[in-house]
Amino acid sequence: MNFLIGAFKPPCTISISFADGRTRKQVPLKKDNGQTVMVPLFESQESIIGEVVIEPLQGKKAEHIGVKIELLGQIELYFDRGNFYDFTSLVRELDVPGELYETKTYPFEFSTVEMPYESYNGVNVRLRYILKATISRNIVGNIVESQDFVVRNYTPLPAINNSIKMEVGIEDCLHIEFEYNKSKYHLKDVIIGKIYFLLVRIKIKNMELEIRRRESTGSGHNTYVETETLAKFELMDGTPVRGESIPIRLFLSPYELTPTYRNINNKFSVKYYLNLVLVDEEDRRYFKQQEMTVYRLLETP
Amino acid sequence: MMTGVAEDEDKWLAAGIAGLQQNAFYMHRAMDSNNLRDALKYSAQMLSELRTSKLSPHKYYELYMRAFDELRKLEMFFKEETRRGCSIVDLYELVQHAGNILPRLYLLCTVGSVYIKSKEAPAKDILKDLVEMCRGIQHPLRGLFLRSYLSQLSRDKLPDIGSEYEGDADTITDAVEFVIQNFTEMNKLWVRMQHQGPAREKERREKERSELRDLVGKNLHVLSQIEGIDLDMYKDTVLPRILEQVVNCKDEIAQYYLMDCIIQVFPDEYHLQTLEVLLSAFPQLQASVDIKTVLSQLMERLASYAALSSEVLPEFLQVEAFSKLNSAIGKVIEAQPDMPVVGAVTLCSSLLKFSLHVHPDRLDYADQVLGSCVKQLSGKGKIEDSKATKQIVALLSAPLEKYNNVVTALKLSNYPCVMEYLDNETNKVMATVIIQNIMKNNTHISTADKVEALFELIKGLIKDLDETLHDEVDEDDFKEEQCSVARLIQMLHNEDPEEMFKIICVVKKHILTGGPKRLSFTVPPLVFNSLKLVRRLQGQEENPFGDDESTSTKKIFQLLNQIVEALSSIPAPDLALRLYLQCAEAANDCDLEPVAYEFFTQAYIIYEEEISDSRAQVTAMHLIIGTLQRMHVFGVENRDTLTHKATGYSAKLLKKPDQCRAVYACSHLFWVDDQDNLKDGERVLLCLKRALRIANAAQQMSNATRGSTGSVMLFVEILNKYIYFFEKGNPQISVASIQSLMELITTEMQSDTTTQDPAADAFFASTLRYIQFQKQKGGAISEKYGTIKLSDS
Repeated sequence: MNFLIGAFKPPCTISISFADGRTRKQVPLKKDNGQTVMVPLFESQESIIGEVVIEPLQGKKAEHIGVKIELLGQIELYFDRGNFYDFTSLVRELDVPGELYETKTYPFEFSTVEMPYESYNGVNVRLRYILKATISRNIVGNIVESQDFVVRNYTPLPAINNSIKMEVGIEDCLHIEFEYNKSKYHLKDVIIGKIYFLLVRIKIKNMELEIRRRESTGSGHNTYVETETLAKFELMDGTPVRGESIPIRLFLSPYELTPTYRNINNKFSVKYYLNLVLVDEEDRRYFKQQEMTVYRLLETP
Repeated sequence: MMTGVAEDEDKWLAAGIAGLQQNAFYMHRAMDSNNLRDALKYSAQMLSELRTSKLSPHKYYELYMRAFDELRKLEMFFKEETRRGCSIVDLYELVQHAGNILPRLYLLCTVGSVYIKSKEAPAKDILKDLVEMCRGIQHPLRGLFLRSYLSQLSRDKLPDIGSEYEGDADTITDAVEFVIQNFTEMNKLWVRMQHQGPAREKERREKERSELRDLVGKNLHVLSQIEGIDLDMYKDTVLPRILEQVVNCKDEIAQYYLMDCIIQVFPDEYHLQTLEVLLSAFPQLQASVDIKTVLSQLMERLASYAALSSEVLPEFLQVEAFSKLNSAIGKVIEAQPDMPVVGAVTLCSSLLKFSLHVHPDRLDYADQVLGSCVKQLSGKGKIEDSKATKQIVALLSAPLEKYNNVVTALKLSNYPCVMEYLDNETNKVMATVIIQNIMKNNTHISTADKVEALFELIKGLIKDLDETLHDEVDEDDFKEEQCSVARLIQMLHNEDPEEMFKIICVVKKHILTGGPKRLSFTVPPLVFNSLKLVRRLQGQEENPFGDDESTSTKKIFQLLNQIVEALSSIPAPDLALRLYLQCAEAANDCDLEPVAYEFFTQAYIIYEEEISDSRAQVTAMHLIIGTLQRMHVFGVENRDTLTHKATGYSAKLLKKPDQCRAVYACSHLFWVDDQDNLKDGERVLLCLKRALRIANAAQQMSNATRGSTGSVMLFVEILNKYIYFFEKGNPQISVASIQSLMELITTEMQSDTTTQDPAADAFFASTLRYIQFQKQKGGAISEKYGTIKLSDS
C-alpha cells in the first residue's frame, strides 16, 4: 500500500514566493474551505516578481515536458461553478522539457501587469487573482501549485463630487428634504448630511439610514441580483415636527464595503445604495433609495 | 385600571433596571480588562434601556439616574484610555459607530466631555457638535433627558470668561450660544409633549410636564451662572433670545414657568436695566398665562431690591421703572380682554406695592395706580369675586401699611373711588382696617378736611349703605365696628380750637346720618370730645376769638344740644339724660347759667317724659341730684326751681326705700360745703326728717304685708347723714336727734319683728365705732362728739 501511495504522490513539491514577500502588505483572504489566510496585496501596474522552487522528493526524479508559471485573473460565477472565466492570463515558460533531480529555483517576473479589477468575494460571484505554477507531464497529470494574491486599486479624490440633495414626499402627508454631502464616498469616509422636515402629518417613530449592497451577476435572462443590507444606522428617535432638521453623520469604516464595481467584464456589478427609511407608529416604512459610489481612496502621504 | 398601569410601570422599570445592571456588569468587566471594544458594546446595550417609551417621567428619571452613575464610571474609563494612548479623536469617532441613536448620543456626550477636558480641540467646537447631534432625538422625554445630560456634563466646561476652556476672543458668545440652543431645543421638546397622545390624557400630561420643567429651567440657571455675561450681553443677546423662544412656543405652561424662571434666576440689576425688553414680552404671551402672578413676582423682587440698598434707587429713576411697569400692565390688560378682574387688580396691587417701596415720596404714583385700578373696575359695578375683593383690600391696605399714616392715604384722591367698588361687607372690613391703622399708629387727623375725607372713606361704618342688608348684620360685629368708630371719634384732635370745632361739625354731620342703631355708639364720644374742647376753652381767660368769633363755648353748647337731641330718635333716654347732665356740668364750669339751666331742663323733661322704669328712675334721680349738687352757676331762683323739682321727683319714686334714699340724698342739695350761701340747715333737716318718715312708713308697710318690719338699714343710713351734717356744723342737727335715732335703731334691732340683717348690724356697729373714734380723737371734733352718749349695749 505504501508503494501505491507513493506512486500517486507527486514526485516533487512546488512553492511560489514573492520577492518582496516579507515587506509587502498582507491582507486576509477567505478561501473556499472557509479558512482565512493572509495573502500579499498588489495593485494594477505593479510588477509581480518572485520565484518558483521545485523540490523533488528524496530519491525521486521528476520528468516533465516543461515548467511554466501563469498569472490568472478569474471570474467565477456561482451558478456556473467550476467554470472560471479568465480575463487575464499571462504565462512565463520557466524550463524546457527535461528531468529534475534536485531542487531548482526559477525566478519569474510579470512586469507592470494590468490588473484592472479588484479581487472580490461576493454572494454569487468571485473575482480572484492567482499565480499558477505548472509542471507539465506527459502520461501522468501535471503538477500544479497556485498562490492567491489580492488586488486592490486606488482612486484619487474625484474631481467632481456633487452632493445628493432631494425633496421627496407623500402628498399632504410627509415632505422631507435630504442631503448627503457627496455622491462618492471612499471606504473610510463619513457621510454627513441632514434631513429637513418640510411637512409632517404622520407620526413618525424613527428614522434610519441603511447601506445596501446590490450585486448583480450574469446578463439577460440569467441575471441574478442579490441585495444585502450592510448597515442599519438609526438617525432619529421620536416624532419630529415641521421645521426640524436632523443631522446625519455615518462613518463608513466599520462596515465591510468594497468599491462600487460597474459591469466588471460584462459579468457582474456591485453597487451601493443609501436607503433612508422612516417608520411610522403603525410600523409602515417610507423609504427613498439613492445610489452612492464607493471608491478606494489613494492614500496620499 | 389606574393601579394596573402603575403596577405595569413598576414592572417595566424593574425590568429596565435589571437590564441596565446586567450590561453594566459586563461593561465593568470589560473596563477592568481594558477591553475598549467590549466596554463600548456593553455600554451601548446598557444605554439601550433608556430607549423605553413605557415609563412616566418620574420612573424614567429613576432609570436615567442609574445610567448616569454608570456613565460617570465610563467617562473615567475613557479618560484612562486616552492616557494609555488611545487617541481621543478616534474614541470620539468610535462611539459614533453605534447603530442606535440614543446610546450613541449618550456615549458621544460622555466622550465629548473627556475630549473637552483634553483640550485637543476647542471646547466650543465640541459643544457645538454635541448640541447639534442631539437633534436626532425628537422624542420629548428621551430628548429632554439626553439634553439635560449634556447640560449637566457641560456646565463646568463652558468656554466662559476665566474658565480654563476659554478659547480665543468672543468665546463667551459660543458658551451662550450653546446653552441657549440647548435650552431652545429642550423647550421645544417640552412644549411638544402637550400635543402628543390622546386628548383625554391632557391632565396627566400636564402633570408629567410640570415634573419635567426644571430640566428646561436649569438651562436658564446655567446661563445665569456664566460669569462672562455682562449687562450688555444680557441685554443684546441673552434676554432677547430667551424671550423669543418663550413667546414663540405659544405654550401656556412653558410661558408661565419660564417667565418666572427668568425673573428668579437673573440678577435684579439686570431686570431693572432691561425692564423694557422684559416687559414687552408679557403682552405677547398666551391669554391663559397667569401673567399677574409672574409680573407681581417681578415687581416684588424689584421692590425688595430697592429696599436692599438706597444706592440703587437712582437706577430706578434713571430707567423710569415705574412708568414702564405701569404702561406694561396697561398693555397686558389691553392684550388680554378676558382677564378676570382679579388679575387686573392683582397687577395694580403689586405695582402699588412696588411704587410704595421704591418711590415712597411719590404719592402721585400711588394715586396713579389707584386711578388705573379705578379705570379697570369702572363699569363693572360692585366686585363680587371674592378673590378680587381680597386683592382690592390688599391694594388699599398697602399704602396704610407702608406709611402707617392714614393722612397720607387720604391724600390719594382715587382711594375712595376704589373703595366704591367693594361690596358693603368688605367696605366695612376695609373701613375697620383703616381705623385700626389709625389706632395702632396713633395718627393725628387734625384738620376738618382730612376728617371729612376719612369719614367719606369709612362711610360703610357710618351709615347703612344698603337698607336691605340691615337684618343680617351680626350684633356683635356691629357693636365692635361701632366701638371702633367711637374710638376713632375720640382720637380726633387739634390744638387749634377753631379747627377742632370744624372737625366736630364734620363728625356731627356724618354721624347724624348713621341712623338710630349707630347713634348710641357715636354720640357719646362726640359729646365728650366736644366737652374736651369746652374744657380747654374754659381754662383760657378770654374767648380767644373775640365775641363774634364762630368758636365760642356757647356755640359748642348749641351744637351739643343738637347732638344729644338726636338721641331722642332712638330713643335712648338714659343716655341722653346722662349726656345732658354732663353738658350741664360743663356749662356750669363755663359760668353759662342759661345754658346749664337749659340742659337741666332737657334732662328733667326726659326724666318726666321718657324714663318710666322705676329702677332707671332711681338711677337717674341720683345722677340728677349728684350733678345738681355740684352746680354753682345757678342763681337762687333757678336753683330753687331745680332742687324743688328734684326733691319732688325723689318723693315720688315708686318704692319706699328708693324714696327714702333719694330724699335723704336731696338733703345735700341744700348744704354745699364750699359755698356759704348754700348752707340751709333747716331744709337739710326737713329732708332728713322726711326720709325718716318714709323709712318708718316703709317698715310699717313691710310689717303689714310680710309680718316683719324689715331691715333697719335705712335708719342706719339716715343716721349717717345726721352724723355727716352734724360734723359739718349744721346747727339744725342736734345731739338729741342723733341720740334718739340711735336708740330707735337699737330698739328696732332688738325687736322680735325685725328681720335680722347682718349688713345693717355691721354698718351700725361701724357707725358707732366711728362716733367712738371721733370722741377720742381730741380737739374740736371730740368736743363736739363728747355730748353724744353711746349706750353700753
